[in-house]
Amino acid sequence: MEEGMLGRVKADPNYQSLVKERSAFGWTLAILMLVMYYGYIAIVAFDPSLIGQKVSGTLTIGIFMGAGLIALSVVLTGIYVLRANTRYDTLTRAIVAKATGSAK
Amino acid sequence: MSRKLSLGAGLALGLAAISTPALAAGPIEAGTMQATNWTAIVIFGAFVLLTLAITAWAAGRTKTTKDFYAAGGGVGGFQNGLAIAGDYMSAASFLGISALVYTGGYYGLIYSIGFLVGWPIIMFLMAEPLRNLGRFTFADVASYRLAATPIRAMAATGTLVTVAFYLIAQMVGAGQLIQLLFGLPYLYAVIVVGVLMVIYVTFGGMIATTWVQVIKACLLLGGSTLISLLVLAQFGFDFNALIAKAVEVHSKHDAILLPGPAVANPINAFSLGMALMFGTAGLPHILMRFFTVSDAKEARKSVFWATTFIGYFYILTFIIGFGAIVLVLPNGVYHEAGDVAKGLLGGGNMPAIHLAHAVGGDLMKGFIAAVAFATILAVVSGLTLSGASAVSHDLYASLLRRGKVDEGSEVMVSRITTVVLGVVAIYLGIQFEKINVAFMVGLAFAVAASANFPVLFLSMLWKGLTTRGAVIGGFVGLISALGLTILSPGIWEAVLGNPKGSAWFPYVSPALFTMPLSFFCCWVFSITDTSARAVRERADYEAQYVRSQTGIGIDGAAAH
Repeated sequence: MEEGMLGRVKADPNYQSLVKERSAFGWTLAILMLVMYYGYIAIVAFDPSLIGQKVSGTLTIGIFMGAGLIALSVVLTGIYVLRANTRYDTLTRAIVAKATGSAK
Repeated sequence: MSRKLSLGAGLALGLAAISTPALAAGPIEAGTMQATNWTAIVIFGAFVLLTLAITAWAAGRTKTTKDFYAAGGGVGGFQNGLAIAGDYMSAASFLGISALVYTGGYYGLIYSIGFLVGWPIIMFLMAEPLRNLGRFTFADVASYRLAATPIRAMAATGTLVTVAFYLIAQMVGAGQLIQLLFGLPYLYAVIVVGVLMVIYVTFGGMIATTWVQVIKACLLLGGSTLISLLVLAQFGFDFNALIAKAVEVHSKHDAILLPGPAVANPINAFSLGMALMFGTAGLPHILMRFFTVSDAKEARKSVFWATTFIGYFYILTFIIGFGAIVLVLPNGVYHEAGDVAKGLLGGGNMPAIHLAHAVGGDLMKGFIAAVAFATILAVVSGLTLSGASAVSHDLYASLLRRGKVDEGSEVMVSRITTVVLGVVAIYLGIQFEKINVAFMVGLAFAVAASANFPVLFLSMLWKGLTTRGAVIGGFVGLISALGLTILSPGIWEAVLGNPKGSAWFPYVSPALFTMPLSFFCCWVFSITDTSARAVRERADYEAQYVRSQTGIGIDGAAAH
């Protein structure tokens, strides 16, 4: 990427919002995922009897937690895609159009 | 240990398996063979014919390096998501995890979850920059602003080590499984797998490999769904009733709903969790799939679909495992000498196969056996392509020839490497017939999490990373992960035959120690790097970051 275009992209307010919003959103979801997963591992490691506690018939807390984590993984990636497809892609298109349009 | 192969726990997880109860329950006697299963052979034959036809078609479309490594960059997000899921759901996951649930109950689910939770992290932090920066291999990304020679050498080493361990595990697993499922001798089985994978990859490159993965993923998802539905049908689709019956039937009763002794030690639990989660983000054959889609948007879609399919698949393996406890465990037909107190026919890896028979007779069993074989074949093809590209793209074209190479000869080198890898894989498969595959898969995940992942992650997201930091951090991660694995009970005691309790490193996985160590070395040797090159590399981060965020420049880079 030549210097001029780099400078233009960086100065573009759309670029600044894209980077700020996406990295904040991405890290928030990543940290949420890490906390949930290592929280679960902590229960497995430090309080395994809680995993086997029955809540509904023979279904245990552990089964609900496991299914919940699997569902959470899918739902969070889905949420990210929805937001990226709408907000981030719009911003990216505008940034690219502006940067390459004025360069040519 | 050297006489027996613990495929069940071994294939599946690798990591903790050696010290788990599941392992002890799942030895396969080398040499055990079942009667030739014609249903399985016919279905598998149909799969081979179809995939060979696709390979012939793909060969006509594989001309440039981009075609060969990245299927021309034109794979759609949904299709690529299926292919990623295909790469990830090995026969190990299908047979191994359901076998773990069968022997250890809830313990198996802990693994499934570990294998899945890496995907959201890849999505939120890595998928888009990966696509925007890379062309064919993850070394492209890591060496974007760093010195190409040392970084590619490091990344290619990490790739080849990971691929080699994974490949050996799959080859040995394939040989054993086929011997058991089809009644073919081990040697033939390994050769069949090796030859077919070389044909797919050499002629059809990534296009054929992708389609083989997609077909296999559909077969595996379809087959697992069918078994699960047939199991649930026996309980009036009441999951609760299934679990209740399993608790009643299993000798451990309520204890099968507990995590089990293998993860009772918190260090083991966390170390394993880390290796599973971050190893995923450092597996070269998985990372390579990000370069087959056209842009960041399709990369995102790929991860979403892959996560969905993989998550769904792991839920099915849980149902299958519990189904096997109810329908296979108390049924003498599936046990040695018809005695439920003895081991399963064909070894501890077989609950899913026997369950298929229990709910759907010989036809279903043949179908599932063929699917398991197809699964192994697809996974080794993806691995081989990834190893071949590390040699031809990173070592040959970029290192040896400094990028001054025409596409034709690069693809030729890749094809030759594929053949060599195929021969090596067959040879190793035969040599390692008796080895425990557990530590091979374990090493692959530990190396991926400790060497590949830190360097890749920091090169994209941390401005301060320099070549010196990345190379030292990467190699420290690689060597320490290898070293601690050798010093762990799984190898030190089980393979090398040292007395129990003598292992220097007492934990099942090194990742809790080696991954932070690698990050630390990357950091410390970067911030203390005052060379002119380091100054330039830090300055170049901005341009790289802009491209990783916007994809500007990606088209120019896609063609030579």
